[in-house]
Amino acid sequence: MTSKIAYDEVEVGTELPARSFPVNRATLVQYAGASGDFNPIHWNERFAKEVGLPDVIAHGMFTMAEAVRVVTDWTGDPGALVDYGVRFTKPVVVPNDDRGAVIEVTGKVGAKLDDNTVRVDLTVTSGGLKVLGMSRAVVRLA
Amino acid sequence: MALDQSFVGRTYPPTDPYEVGREKIREFAEAVGDANPAYTDPEAAKALGYADVIAPPTFVFSITFKAAGQVVQDPQLGLDYSRVVHGDQKFAYRRPVRAGDRLTVTSTIEAVKSMAGNDILDIRGEVHDEAGEHVVTAWTKLVARAAEPTEPVAATGGEA
Repeated sequence: MTSKIAYDEVEVGTELPARSFPVNRATLVQYAGASGDFNPIHWNERFAKEVGLPDVIAHGMFTMAEAVRVVTDWTGDPGALVDYGVRFTKPVVVPNDDRGAVIEVTGKVGAKLDDNTVRVDLTVTSGGLKVLGMSRAVVRLA
Repeated sequence: MALDQSFVGRTYPPTDPYEVGREKIREFAEAVGDANPAYTDPEAAKALGYADVIAPPTFVFSITFKAAGQVVQDPQLGLDYSRVVHGDQKFAYRRPVRAGDRLTVTSTIEAVKSMAGNDILDIRGEVHDEAGEHVVTAWTKLVARAAEPTEPVAATGGEA
């Protein structure tokens, strides 16, 4: 594994480059196909509203996949990830328009751990609401 | 109705092997818009020390969630799958999943709880390769919402 970030150059509080990820209905259809999760709440507005949702929502696992890109883009090596967990706190509602929704992700080093690993604490919001809670990744640095 | 506590600790038989393909990894990486060359270019993956292209970190969920279906759809457990939402997800990686892996998943029920009429199920999926080596562990918390929700569905969180 060859992370391009050195453990010694990182401090608690070091901020990772923030990212924003757009998501629209086409994104969700593509993700449904690739992941095999065809739950209609992710593509069928009528069904989503019938089960009490405001509209079609993004797959929680799609949001989880985007959030960790702040970490994997930072280290360069996705295989340097040791541990990654999230809580799904609010759905990302994806309206049927040209803009869709945007997932905003920031991350900073929350702790320096053993074996050249650090814990990165992620903040993940959409429309100003926190959509993932307890979103943490442990990654091994060079 | 609260789920049967005696299911805690139950382990299901390993799944048939899932063979990870380069093109499936490419499809997944494109779907999440991730252009990291380690997912699509074997040479880029080799430069990072891997034998073949590797999969994005959450790719393995497709395999572990399907395996969790053994638990979720166990008629003896009696979970109302139509009311299930995804509460938490966590992974611990020994190494990245890579093209050519033949992966089996062994699912275990770690906890069964009932809170405010919701049934909460914690499932651990242990993923091993063909050589029997551990690759990744996935913890999935599923929440089966109460049949008569006391609060709007949207407040319960993201869905699987």
